[in-house]
Amino acid sequence: MNFDILLKIIIIMAPLSLAALGGATSIYAPMQHHTVDVEQWVTAREFLDLFAIARVTPGPGSMLGTLIGWKVAGLAGAIVASLALYLPSSALVFGVGQVWHKHRGKRWHTALENGLAPIGCGLLFAGVLTLGRIAAEGVVQIAIIPAVAALMMFWPKLHPFFFLLGAGLICYSVYLAGF
Amino acid sequence: METVPSRVSLLSLYRVFFEVGLFSFGGGLVPWIHREVVDVRKWMSNEEFLSGVALTQVMPGVNSTNTAIYVGQRLRGLAGASTALLAMLTGPFCAVLLAAVFYQQLLGLPGFQAAMVGVAAAAIGMLLRMGIVSARVTVKSLPPLLMMIATFAAVGIFRLPLIPVVCVMAPISVAIAWFLSAPKAAAVAEDAE
Repeated sequence: MNFDILLKIIIIMAPLSLAALGGATSIYAPMQHHTVDVEQWVTAREFLDLFAIARVTPGPGSMLGTLIGWKVAGLAGAIVASLALYLPSSALVFGVGQVWHKHRGKRWHTALENGLAPIGCGLLFAGVLTLGRIAAEGVVQIAIIPAVAALMMFWPKLHPFFFLLGAGLICYSVYLAGF
Repeated sequence: METVPSRVSLLSLYRVFFEVGLFSFGGGLVPWIHREVVDVRKWMSNEEFLSGVALTQVMPGVNSTNTAIYVGQRLRGLAGASTALLAMLTGPFCAVLLAAVFYQQLLGLPGFQAAMVGVAAAAIGMLLRMGIVSARVTVKSLPPLLMMIATFAAVGIFRLPLIPVVCVMAPISVAIAWFLSAPKAAAVAEDAE
């Protein structure tokens, strides 16, 4: 019976793995539909709580799937859900990477690399803006973004963990101060 | 610059990505990987890393784990890719289950969520810094600059969907890079050996 549930987890999560274009955000909606509406593994409220947990813990947002697997079938469910969510897309990336790395040094490969790099750069800045909109709760939170960027320019050797910790403490103090 | 790095051990690969995975809050993983792999350890060049970011972003899956696979594969093939992926997920997997056990208490802590927003903001700052550093290395002439700005504007400002934008921008940008590479094609080929 347990195996049936594990199989079901795979059937739901594996296609989502390949559908996760542009990251985990694109599969929240279908994941909610399957696990809450159809299978009723978790309630809508539980789904939101699990979503919040996935957001505040380290790691990608698709850890939400891991949590649902855990909720439904314990540790085995968590492991199966994680594998189902990561293996299909990872295999695809690896396959494309094989072709990519094999042709290193050819002129078309260099052109691809030089052509794609500025696009990767543009996407980075776009990510700053998109994520910044979410974090922009107040002046302090917004100011942290360029401040951390500038400080990291000056002290590139300093471990990024200190910046994360410092920023967390600052915002905690702001919260305590009641702004 | 374009040298195949001396054999990176799977253990150091695991250590780097385990740490990145464990300390990554609020989506700041790709710049962190960039810092470790390009800046600190010099396992690959900036162009190589960035083109990998662009390449793996248009594929399904999470950007950070896709980038980890790309780096691991480049350095150690299948074993490297599997090690990097596993390392990236070990920490978050344990953390998320631990948090799930204690989540009522955690979310109930006053100021916890406020602090997490600050952590996320710092992670975005890391992303900004990586963008600036990368742009300085990558953008050596006007065409790549325009490509970068256009991509940023389309996805960041006008919020157009990422996949179609990349599908339009990439061929243009690559075609330009192809023509720019023409006069010094020999030098490029030499570089690669």
